[in-house]
Amino acid sequence: MNQTLLEQRLAALQPTRLEIRNDSAQHAGHVGNQGGGHYSIVIESSLFSGKSPIMRHRLVYQAVGDLIPDVVHALSIKALAPGEAP
Amino acid sequence: MDVQETIRQQVTSHPVVLYMKGTPQFPQCGFSGVAAQILKACGVTNYLAVDVLQHPDIREGIKVYANWPTIPQLYINGEFIGGADIMRELYQSGELQKMLREAGL
Repeated sequence: MNQTLLEQRLAALQPTRLEIRNDSAQHAGHVGNQGGGHYSIVIESSLFSGKSPIMRHRLVYQAVGDLIPDVVHALSIKALAPGEAP
Repeated sequence: MDVQETIRQQVTSHPVVLYMKGTPQFPQCGFSGVAAQILKACGVTNYLAVDVLQHPDIREGIKVYANWPTIPQLYINGEFIGGADIMRELYQSGELQKMLREAGL
């Protein structure tokens, strides 16, 4: 359910590859977590071409937007331009 | 003092500042733990670590300061470098070590 929300938001970045892993079980109830899930994503999009890591992550955070922090507590991001190795 | 001004003073008066959950010795979040370990692996031991769990105003303020919604956050000479994933990328490419060296560390 939450993962679907995440997929829907990330669709705005027109990914040519998208992998989402739910790591929540490893972090349940740890300090500072008010219930949002932990996710790792690998996302490839032509929108990342020529952009620095910070700019790529900002694009992802903008797309995910209001899901942080209630639905998504933590997000590990690997943002690739087409042709880059993961 | 305004929290944004507090943060500005912290990041400009220390060469390296890490905003994290917990402390480098006892991180309270996996990402913060990774960030502290990367600095250690770079041989940087003398940096300012701010435990945002002890400072709720900074915990919220730092997200606005960098326009970045997550913690940890690394600053070198007042410049926002990134969170744990970016630190890992920069460390693996050797770029982080270079930035720290250029900052005199």
